[in-house]
Amino acid sequence: MRSFSLILLLAIVVSCSEKQRLEVVKFDALENIIEAPSDKVEVINFWATWCKPCIAEIPYFQQLHQNNSSVNVTLVSLDFADEFHQKVIPFVETKGITADIILLDNIDYNSWIDKVDPSWSGAIPATLVINHQTGKRKFVEKELQEGEIESIIKELTD
Amino acid sequence: MQTLKVLLFVSILLFPFNGERLDGLGVGDKAADFNLKNVDGRIVSLETNEAAKGYILVFTCNTCPYANMYEDRIIELHNKYADQGFPVLAIQPNDTNKSPGDSYENMQARAKEKSYAFPYVIDETQETTKTYGATNTPHVYVLNKVSKNNFRIEYIGAIDNNSRNADAASKHYVEEAVENLISGADIPTKSTKAIGCQIKWGD
Repeated sequence: MRSFSLILLLAIVVSCSEKQRLEVVKFDALENIIEAPSDKVEVINFWATWCKPCIAEIPYFQQLHQNNSSVNVTLVSLDFADEFHQKVIPFVETKGITADIILLDNIDYNSWIDKVDPSWSGAIPATLVINHQTGKRKFVEKELQEGEIESIIKELTD
Repeated sequence: MQTLKVLLFVSILLFPFNGERLDGLGVGDKAADFNLKNVDGRIVSLETNEAAKGYILVFTCNTCPYANMYEDRIIELHNKYADQGFPVLAIQPNDTNKSPGDSYENMQARAKEKSYAFPYVIDETQETTKTYGATNTPHVYVLNKVSKNNFRIEYIGAIDNNSRNADAASKHYVEEAVENLISGADIPTKSTKAIGCQIKWGD
């Protein structure tokens, strides 16, 4: 009985941790990912379904999510909130993305861009990597090539 | 000693240039002039329009969805302020190999289709875009003419605070900047940021 409860508990924990986050959020939810202490390296990528260079680099983030359990990947969609079901969810399903997806519903961009990183112009794609353990972070405003995100993660670990 | 002199000379040469490339021009800086080809084949500079008291300089393009959403608002800005001395001057900053939809021919087609009443020039070398430090489309610089051949940058950033819906915008940054320049008042918001498409740089 005891072992059964343990298995049940384990199953719940595993299913919870593996459940993909797929929702429309306000800025505080993103701020929480940026600021809350975490054992995992937070990789936060800003993208949109209409942004070609963003879509080109998304497979690298999906691979990272699948291959590296010490990293938490969040893909922040900047599509419009009322297009979440029409554009974002079909995109996620077609591409088989299992990393967390949050659509940031705040069109008053100037009110929050600097809070992500003061060096950000607002152009996408852009990626923020935070290692809460070492206290290091890096923000890049460009399309990443294969292997680049892994190099950044390594850079913040040393 | 000779090496030191050379180093000093090189650093004087390189430093301001590098700084400009990395950071671009800021509010209060003198606007860099340019000679860029308009869709009508003529070369346009800041001095071309002698009646201009300033400009609404917009780095924009054919292909960016955000630029498209703002296109009608850019046309409206020109219709509203050209007669008051602040016309729109649109610069297409993207490398056309990376973004064929922004080729000179496609720019001509777009300008014709939407009956642009303002210059839509191409920055083929991307040097003007780099000098200004424009990063995304649409990216606006409001210029004010101080004296002959001397325009000062008064505002850098977004047109307003709602890309989706012009009617829902509660802050009209560019209009406010231009209105205040016309009336001689201070500009309260001198720079803003907005989500936009990254400028496509050539290799």
